[in-house]
Amino acid sequence: MTLDPEIIRLLAFLVGVIAFASFNAAYLVWLERKEAAHIQRRIGPKEVGPFGLLQPLVDGIKLMTKQLIVPAGVDPVLFKIAPILVMVPAIMSFVTIPFSETLVARNLDLGLLVISAFASVNFLGLLLGAWGSRNKYAVISAGRAFSQNVAYEIPMLVIVVTLVMVSGTMNLTEIVGLQMGGFWHWNILNLAASPLMPVAFLIFFVCMLAETNRAPFDMSEAESELVAGAFTEYSGMGFGVFFMGEYANIVIGACVATILFLGGWHSPFPDTIPFFGASSVIWFLLKMYFIIFTVIWIRWTFPRTTFYGLLNLSWKILIPISFVNLILTSAMLKVF
Amino acid sequence: MIDYLKEVISGTWSLFVGLGITIRYFFQPVVTVQYPYQTLPMAPRFRGHIELVKDEETGETRCIVCGMCQKACPSHCITVNGEKREGVQGKVLTEYTLDFTRCSLCGLCVESCTPKAITFSKDYNLAGLSKEAYIFDLKAELSSLPAQTKLMPFGCKNRLEAKN
Repeated sequence: MTLDPEIIRLLAFLVGVIAFASFNAAYLVWLERKEAAHIQRRIGPKEVGPFGLLQPLVDGIKLMTKQLIVPAGVDPVLFKIAPILVMVPAIMSFVTIPFSETLVARNLDLGLLVISAFASVNFLGLLLGAWGSRNKYAVISAGRAFSQNVAYEIPMLVIVVTLVMVSGTMNLTEIVGLQMGGFWHWNILNLAASPLMPVAFLIFFVCMLAETNRAPFDMSEAESELVAGAFTEYSGMGFGVFFMGEYANIVIGACVATILFLGGWHSPFPDTIPFFGASSVIWFLLKMYFIIFTVIWIRWTFPRTTFYGLLNLSWKILIPISFVNLILTSAMLKVF
Repeated sequence: MIDYLKEVISGTWSLFVGLGITIRYFFQPVVTVQYPYQTLPMAPRFRGHIELVKDEETGETRCIVCGMCQKACPSHCITVNGEKREGVQGKVLTEYTLDFTRCSLCGLCVESCTPKAITFSKDYNLAGLSKEAYIFDLKAELSSLPAQTKLMPFGCKNRLEAKN
């Protein structure tokens, strides 16, 4: 019996994607703590291993050895599958993300659509977990998360539609391929398609923050108001898996922003910078981690908004501007 | 419409200003003191528990066993004892014990001390495992440490030794 190389390839990617997601979830916590500390002029984790690098490992052991408490009165099925429902879509999204020209598990023609769809499924996990917890704070949190998701999905998808119009494809590899050759070809500076492209990137970034429940939009987890939001009743690894899902979603968001706006794996100066080559996975990771760094940087700069401020920002500012951008882009595509 | 756009642009700009401030802090040196490894020098007027002063010339205590501190103490936490010795002028200190569990740090003992033989220590690392750990033998401590500025990596170390 001979094994189909395609199966081996898929298995390798499956293991790789899960490892990548878990590694990031663990070490983004470390990065978050380190960056927060330095912004506040502290050191942060430093005792466990050099620069506190073994801290995530120790945290993981702590979470795994803690008892998984299922409180009386919760819906046992929903309560238990909710963390997995948050984690799985995040890992699924990695399947279509191209890290370089060849490093992609499944190059789908509708990759962008798949990722947008899965990005919403993780909210379902949050909702089920909150509902199953039978906790008033969790239910308030789920309500907030949903109105937030509805409000921010619109400008995000309008921006994505704009980019699909510019690129003429939903295949992520092809979208990146069109941005080849220097940073002035990237979509963020594609002023020929629409002069509002940098603004579009900004809107996409803000929506990404809201979709991943990051500060200043972490209304669903507002610990000063809602204990821990949807995670209130979770302990041990149930809580841990929720958290891994959150961080995996941040990675997905950063990947999509890199692919759509920052030229994916292409070097910003293909002719002048000799290292890493004109197109390599290192460029992709550099851009992705820069975006993640900015996401954390924003969290430790701005306080949490009020809930009405959050919805007003979307409905009164982001949605009108993203529609203006859409109309402008289609007009420019028609004229030129 | 103009006002709306102005608000959007100035609001966005203010966000970037805020980010600029935090990133500047990010690259500035750390200001926290890594406590068990580093300590700050205590203020000169810090009132810790009392300790005997080591005389700069003789290296011995200046105490003349007059017992004024013992009398001045409102909580009776000081015990002073001395003896006459052959060929030595005055009394020689044999015991100086402070029961820190009762001390209220009022400082009357330091005020009443004529030869300035006692002072406030700068020791604030005062964790211990038992009540007995806080009955300090100040005479023994005088010989063991040049007490004032010595930093101990972990506060309770000398208290635990005192207990054993």
